[in-house]
Amino acid sequence: MIEICNMSKIYRIGNVAVKALDNISLSIKQHEFVSIVGPSGSGKSTLMNMIGCLDVPTSGEYRLDGMEVSGLTDDQLAYIRNHKIGFVFQGFNLIQKLNALENVELPLIYQGIPTSERYERSVEALKLVGLEDRIHHRPAELSGGQQQRVAIARALVGNPQIILADEPTGNLDSKSGKDIINLLKELHLKGSTIVLITHDNDIAMMAERIVRIQDGQINDDRVVS
Amino acid sequence: MSFIQACKMAVKSIKSNKVRSFLTMLGVIIGVSSVIAAVGFAQGSTKSITDMISSMGTNLIQVNIMGRNSNRNVTYSQIKEFAEENSGEITAVAPQSNTSATVKYKTNSRSTNVLGTSPDYQIIRSVYAQQGRFLIQNDLENMQKVAVLGTAVVNDIFEGTSPLGEKIKINGQLFTVVGILEEKDGGQDQGADDIVIIPATVAQRLFRSGMIRNFSIQATSPDTVESAMEKLEEFLAKTYKDSDAFRVFNQAEMLENLDSMTGTMTAVLAGIAAISLIVGGIGIMNIMLVSVTERTKEIGIRKAIGARKKNILVQFLIEAIILTGFGGVLGVAVGLSVIHFIIGGFGLVPEVYSIPWILISFGISLGVGVTFGLFPAYKAASLNPIEALRSE
Repeated sequence: MIEICNMSKIYRIGNVAVKALDNISLSIKQHEFVSIVGPSGSGKSTLMNMIGCLDVPTSGEYRLDGMEVSGLTDDQLAYIRNHKIGFVFQGFNLIQKLNALENVELPLIYQGIPTSERYERSVEALKLVGLEDRIHHRPAELSGGQQQRVAIARALVGNPQIILADEPTGNLDSKSGKDIINLLKELHLKGSTIVLITHDNDIAMMAERIVRIQDGQINDDRVVS
Repeated sequence: MSFIQACKMAVKSIKSNKVRSFLTMLGVIIGVSSVIAAVGFAQGSTKSITDMISSMGTNLIQVNIMGRNSNRNVTYSQIKEFAEENSGEITAVAPQSNTSATVKYKTNSRSTNVLGTSPDYQIIRSVYAQQGRFLIQNDLENMQKVAVLGTAVVNDIFEGTSPLGEKIKINGQLFTVVGILEEKDGGQDQGADDIVIIPATVAQRLFRSGMIRNFSIQATSPDTVESAMEKLEEFLAKTYKDSDAFRVFNQAEMLENLDSMTGTMTAVLAGIAAISLIVGGIGIMNIMLVSVTERTKEIGIRKAIGARKKNILVQFLIEAIILTGFGGVLGVAVGLSVIHFIIGGFGLVPEVYSIPWILISFGISLGVGVTFGLFPAYKAASLNPIEALRSE
């Protein structure tokens, strides 16, 4: 599914080169639930950007679903993000002026799905996250936990190969956080591949496999359950 | 993503910020409406003047004598004679001397335009008597003190009594009223009906005006106008030996001069108005740029979940085009209302709606939308999704 081989990412800030990722190799198979754990500044967000095709590595290879990603253009990367990856962000990242349904529809709009099918699939996704009675609410009218559910519905709706969750519980109280993790687990049981990025060990323990990252390098990779 | 979907998105975004959208459009509305109203006004005034000139007929030739040389003067009878010799080209000659004078009947008096002319005037200007008679050649030759009155004068000083055969005083001298003119202008003050017509020879003596300087001459047909003018010029040049001492011109030349003059006026007005349209366009660019900055996060989200560069570009561009297009439509409506209710409504000039200028100003407004929307749209589309997501 995900095959990363000797990937490095170097940022230049002025004259200083910062190695955010240092020769990382990582492989994630279909139907896995993996957490990537590390303190802040460890490079896990950079790794997430790479996996999510938001950015391209300085060197190394990244094959997603058998396809080499590193040489693609912006538009090709956008296509991959649209069809193969569902993002769940720490700050929810919903568009405030759109209601829950309209937010969930967005990936389908960019896929060019016709209106009626889009509506059905979006309602379906919102049902799956338990928000069928909130579809016309705007983000501001929803609690943090509910907003994150909308975000998860949006990540799901396009039937992506991978759901990429970056600190999905970071802005939530512990109960809502737990609900969100349970929801992700549920989705995993239904067959989704989930990559969870967090700095929180307890949350990381919920996954089947934990990858620890420090100073841009993987220093532990183990299956926990 | 389909085009319709992009339009829906743009409309939603415009609606979500109504006040700002309206203020943005205001520049375009003012620009478009002022172009239309300005051009409407210019063309309306042109029309009122050209209508007046062409109502005098296309066969008309005007002769103005400018020379002050009293030894060599062309008199009415000389021109009349010349016209009779050239009856193939010229059908009528009317001298014209306009003087403002006081007309008095009993205790009523009125200041009006006293025109000294000849019987041919009625052929040339299609001014006929509705009661009594017009001037006849005898009146001129025998210096008869007779007068033909316009309805504005009749209504004012006769107060309902029949003026035919009555005596009026013009500048103190007694005249007999022999006719009343047909109404041309609704009997308005200062209009074509506010006139008293007397024989040219009498007017000359009454006002001590010496020579008659203006003649209206009618050619037999529009085709003979040119040759009649040539002969007239030749004849006058022989008398004056100075081509600057007189001027011979026809309606077509007057209309041409007028056209170039009003064309310039239209262009200047439209140019000034077009500047406001461009200022409106800059306003749109300004707002769109602010909007890009304000919506960086939204753009980041859209890009993260799969919007391509093109999608974002199209979305912002369509927003700009809808804003200017809608503003343009409102501007056209406002401009037409100004012409209808203000320019036409107060009777300043006739209402003229110029379809080409409506299309031009609407087209410019759309062009302005595309041009000034392009830069912000491109800026939005080129944002890096990671950085855009990080912004608040």
